Amino acid sequence: MLDFETLRLIWWFLLGFLLAGFAIFDGFDFGVGALLPWIARTDSERRVVINTIGPVWEGNQTWIVLGAGAIFAAFPPLYGASFSGLYLALIGLLFSMILRPGGFKYRSKLPSPLWRSIWDHLLFVGGAVPPLLFGVAVGNILQGVPFHFDEWQRLFYDGNVFGLLNPFALLCGLVSVSMLVSHGAVYLANKTDGALQERAIRIAGIGPLVTITLFALAGLWVAFGLQGYVVTAGGAWDGPSNPFTKTVEMRTGAWLINYSVYPWMGLAPVLGLTGAFLTTRLVRLQRPLWAFVSSGTSIFGIVATAGVSMFPFLMPSSNHPSQSLTVFDASSSHDTLMIMLISTIIFMPIIIFYTSWVFRMMRGTVSSKYIEDNSHSVY
Amino acid sequence: MTDIDVVTLARLQFAATALYHFLFVPLTLGLSVLLGIMESVYFITKRPIWRDLTKFWGVLFGINFAMGVATGLTMEFQFGTNWAYYSHYVGDIFGAPLAIEGLMAFFLEATFVGIFFFGWDRLSRGAHLFVTWMVALGSNLSALWILIANGWMQHPVGATFNFESMRMEVSNFYDVLFNPTAQAKFVHTISAGYVTGSLFVLGVSAFFLLARRNIDFAKRSITVAAAFGLCSSLSVVVLGDESGYTAAESQKMKVAAIEGMWTTEPAPAGFNLVAIPDPQNHQNAFEVKVPWLLGLIATRSTTEQVPGINDLVARNTQYIRDGLKAYSALQTLRKDSTDLEARNTLKKYEYGLGYALLLSKYTNDIPNASDDMITKAAWDTVPDVVPLFWSFRLMVALGFLFIALFATAFWLVVQRRIETSRTFLRLALLCIPLPWVSSELGWFVAEYGRQPWCIDGILPTRLGASSLTTGDMWLSLGGFLILYSTLLVVELYLMVRTIKKGPEDYFGRHTAAVLESAP
Repeated sequence: MLDFETLRLIWWFLLGFLLAGFAIFDGFDFGVGALLPWIARTDSERRVVINTIGPVWEGNQTWIVLGAGAIFAAFPPLYGASFSGLYLALIGLLFSMILRPGGFKYRSKLPSPLWRSIWDHLLFVGGAVPPLLFGVAVGNILQGVPFHFDEWQRLFYDGNVFGLLNPFALLCGLVSVSMLVSHGAVYLANKTDGALQERAIRIAGIGPLVTITLFALAGLWVAFGLQGYVVTAGGAWDGPSNPFTKTVEMRTGAWLINYSVYPWMGLAPVLGLTGAFLTTRLVRLQRPLWAFVSSGTSIFGIVATAGVSMFPFLMPSSNHPSQSLTVFDASSSHDTLMIMLISTIIFMPIIIFYTSWVFRMMRGTVSSKYIEDNSHSVY
Repeated sequence: MTDIDVVTLARLQFAATALYHFLFVPLTLGLSVLLGIMESVYFITKRPIWRDLTKFWGVLFGINFAMGVATGLTMEFQFGTNWAYYSHYVGDIFGAPLAIEGLMAFFLEATFVGIFFFGWDRLSRGAHLFVTWMVALGSNLSALWILIANGWMQHPVGATFNFESMRMEVSNFYDVLFNPTAQAKFVHTISAGYVTGSLFVLGVSAFFLLARRNIDFAKRSITVAAAFGLCSSLSVVVLGDESGYTAAESQKMKVAAIEGMWTTEPAPAGFNLVAIPDPQNHQNAFEVKVPWLLGLIATRSTTEQVPGINDLVARNTQYIRDGLKAYSALQTLRKDSTDLEARNTLKKYEYGLGYALLLSKYTNDIPNASDDMITKAAWDTVPDVVPLFWSFRLMVALGFLFIALFATAFWLVVQRRIETSRTFLRLALLCIPLPWVSSELGWFVAEYGRQPWCIDGILPTRLGASSLTTGDMWLSLGGFLILYSTLLVVELYLMVRTIKKGPEDYFGRHTAAVLESAP
């Protein structure tokens, strides 16, 4: 049997893995959606773009269902605190994601150009807004969110919507948008041909450089401008899941402490930066598949950077730092973590197996001719 | 404590988004299996018309499925956004089935549904058939895990209160999985989905027959729908009875409220066919009883009693008093977690803790609640009798109507008279919306009948909500209503349009030729 503290650490890793999986897989769908009105110039081109992700976007979206489910099952207090604390961001996220299924399924059912144009714009919203809001949410969590608990561990959010949209959070939002739009462009470079592919390659050659710049900027901000959090007393790794058992202090630059305590964590930002840089090289060298792998690695690195910088924090409280949620005081019980781990060990390989089967079956590029030949059955 | 208005708004939002979501779920459940059956016939007979049949119903399935996906994400997120305290208090148990649903079921369904539409020319016949059945399996397994989660809210088993983390934690996951309430609800719910799918196929095919077009196509569809629908409508009623039986074991108050049964009758109790409940005076102003029936359904015996509302309130009053002892012990433990006596008291009276929390509606000083407050709180455990009483009866009546409808359809198909029975076809067309009505009524009875609890006997609904502002809540509720209603109109428009256009667009060349040469 695994002990409580090991299980908590495993679930912290798994959570990162699932959220990175979401960013990588649903990420290119978002990116493609955000690029749709800019990269495609005719209806036929727009249909090509939409159909590059048509067969896979539903499966990809399941990563968010899994990510949220994993937070719910493995870190329930974090689920309540982050989802209700960042309420309007989450509602905005839902609203924009609700627009997507119609954009795929309904858009090409009617010939009317107005009808199609409306759905194209909704697909753009459904592609651009979620990455922005995810970034903003992470930006807020890095700064700490104003909340406290009462004696029954009921959470009270003490901030407002204007606090949510602060400069650092918006910068994180831009990192996220830039990263996923680039990822979408790399995906399109793989799945299209002709003029569309050329445009995609051009974007994929520049986008990652923007990401690198913004990511580095955010890093400097974290090092010199942002208050991080440090546990100064209590916080046993195997203690009960109760956020009242520790003392926490805020210090500028504290989010960098982990990199000297656990040097391997430095791998995360390195992957983020080199992955993005390699993407631009590979896409220019006409190696779109490898560029995609590299872009995915970069996303993993960037998502992981946010996670490891904060360890062991999951969601710090900016006005009651000692009530911050950490890996060790916001988890499920030992038994639930164990049950969930077993379920994941059983089902994750199966998921990876059939997902790769589907991707393999749908391999190859999507062309205008394919759309015309299958006008009734494709999106 | 939380402002009551926020709680009401959160409940309205949950009810609205859940009822919307369940406009799409039953059709997904039913049609996915019907698609599997139709494509299996294609696989066995190799006749292209069965492939076209699958394609056409698949297009309608897709239009519906998109809305199911769009409205489904909200359901999961809502526990965190609007029911944060609920998430904290029972997430240790409730989160697991939701997460496993994602791992085991939804991933399967969502991954394969794309290749179902795009894979017709890329996959072999066998591989595509496999894909279709995986979609059906995924959606049905999805329902299983969701109903395990929901069943636990109705009948919370395998969990115990941990004062160190101030929440419920899992003590026996096996009990959570094999919760009889969850199992009964699962089979009842998927059967209802099969009825919905079958009636949809039956009604739409009736439309084609009435318009004297796509005759071969419609007759084949009706044959499948009538056979599958007859089995499903029989099982939905039988399994609904099972649901009632398990409810009578574990949710006595809900059953008593549904029956409008105020006083405990000598066994076996009679079933109120019609009644005018008078909740103010705790009696029925008028009732028509079928002797014995309720006792037989609820206890499956002639000797066991079904407790009435008045007796259950008396029982709950005692639970509240016992719960106060647990509550005080908990307060002691918060000061000194090693106090053995308090630990034992908490353990002994843990079953009443949730009942004591009901007092939070009346006082912040729960341990010193007055007798009057305790009485009021005990009466709060009675759900709203009148709407439950009637919703339940309407749902059951519809269930029997479906049996009659499918039995007739099946008989007409066997007699080869379906094409000419135009009155029946008209009736079948008109009945299309009814399975949705009964499904929504079923959810209403199950969830409204659970009030005042989020988790039966453990967490009062009013405590489960997040601490949000009414402004936030109005914004999200309004947004959801506008967004969902618009999408629903679009969805219905596309459904009707696709049906009216007919299946020809999806026919392969071979079928088109055969149909043209037919007289």
